[in-house]
Amino acid sequence: MSHSSVFVVTFLGAAVEVIEMVVIVVGVGSVRGWRSTWFGAAAGLGVLAVLVLAFGTALRAVPIGVLRVVVGSLLLVFGLQWLRKGIRRVSVNGLRGMGERSASAEGVPASGVDWTAFVLSFKGVLLEGLEVAFIVVSVGLAARALVTAAVGAAAAFVALAGAGLLARGLVQRIPRSALQLAVGTLLSSFGTFWAVQGLGIGWPGEDGAILGLVGWYLLAAACYVWLLRHRAHRPAVQEPAGQEVGR
Amino acid sequence: MSVILRWLTGFGRFWYGFVVGDDWTVAATVAVALAATWLLHTTGVAAWWLPPVAAVLAVGVSLRRTR
Repeated sequence: MSHSSVFVVTFLGAAVEVIEMVVIVVGVGSVRGWRSTWFGAAAGLGVLAVLVLAFGTALRAVPIGVLRVVVGSLLLVFGLQWLRKGIRRVSVNGLRGMGERSASAEGVPASGVDWTAFVLSFKGVLLEGLEVAFIVVSVGLAARALVTAAVGAAAAFVALAGAGLLARGLVQRIPRSALQLAVGTLLSSFGTFWAVQGLGIGWPGEDGAILGLVGWYLLAAACYVWLLRHRAHRPAVQEPAGQEVGR
Repeated sequence: MSVILRWLTGFGRFWYGFVVGDDWTVAATVAVALAATWLLHTTGVAAWWLPPVAAVLAVGVSLRRTR
């Protein structure tokens, strides 16, 4: 599997979570002040980097076949979860952005560390970032390209954090639901590919099968979105007069 | 001891919710499909198509169940 596809998958996967991360950090920073918000965000990123390094190093010793079955299955289950959420959200909200998350400006200290800003920012970065760390470690190890995977996620962070700082509204308008659906299809495709490959089963067309899997999951997602929308817009069946009596 | 147990339970719950989510049937279907794929492979049947088909069906059933 090429390094460029690892980069694209981790970049897009990280982008979904980084959007939320940036919206939280920018929201907290603009209301409660930037210094403590930055400390919190930096501490969260530090913990994430340590987690990726620790898990990445520890799991390198596991044989590649076993690793691909385990990581592929986890990635498939995780990807299907995102796919399901994405289908549901897109069918309800269409391609809308996520809007603003506000923090209260009450009790901001004049000097010293604002622990509310620190904790909100730290928690936002760490919790959203855990999913990024999971994607980086699993995709990076299964493809034997951990550094490329980490660079992909870091690039998403730099691009979206930069965009968030320069134009706050821009990041809020990115259709996160649609992006989550797209990344759900990618993670499910790679997860399926690696899990089956790890069992010692070859795919027809080798690495090219990934494209077929992406198409398969996208087609399924489009059908499910259409079905959910169709069901939501279907008018309720009118009951005959007098049916309500006695209920 | 109870503190460690509580911490371990919380840790396990976090990862379960994180990877499996609110519908365990999708994860169970994936596990059964992969096991069936491996069994069919050992008997000489090409079964690479089974996990993607099972995954899409599991998502459909889950979307219907958790309306």
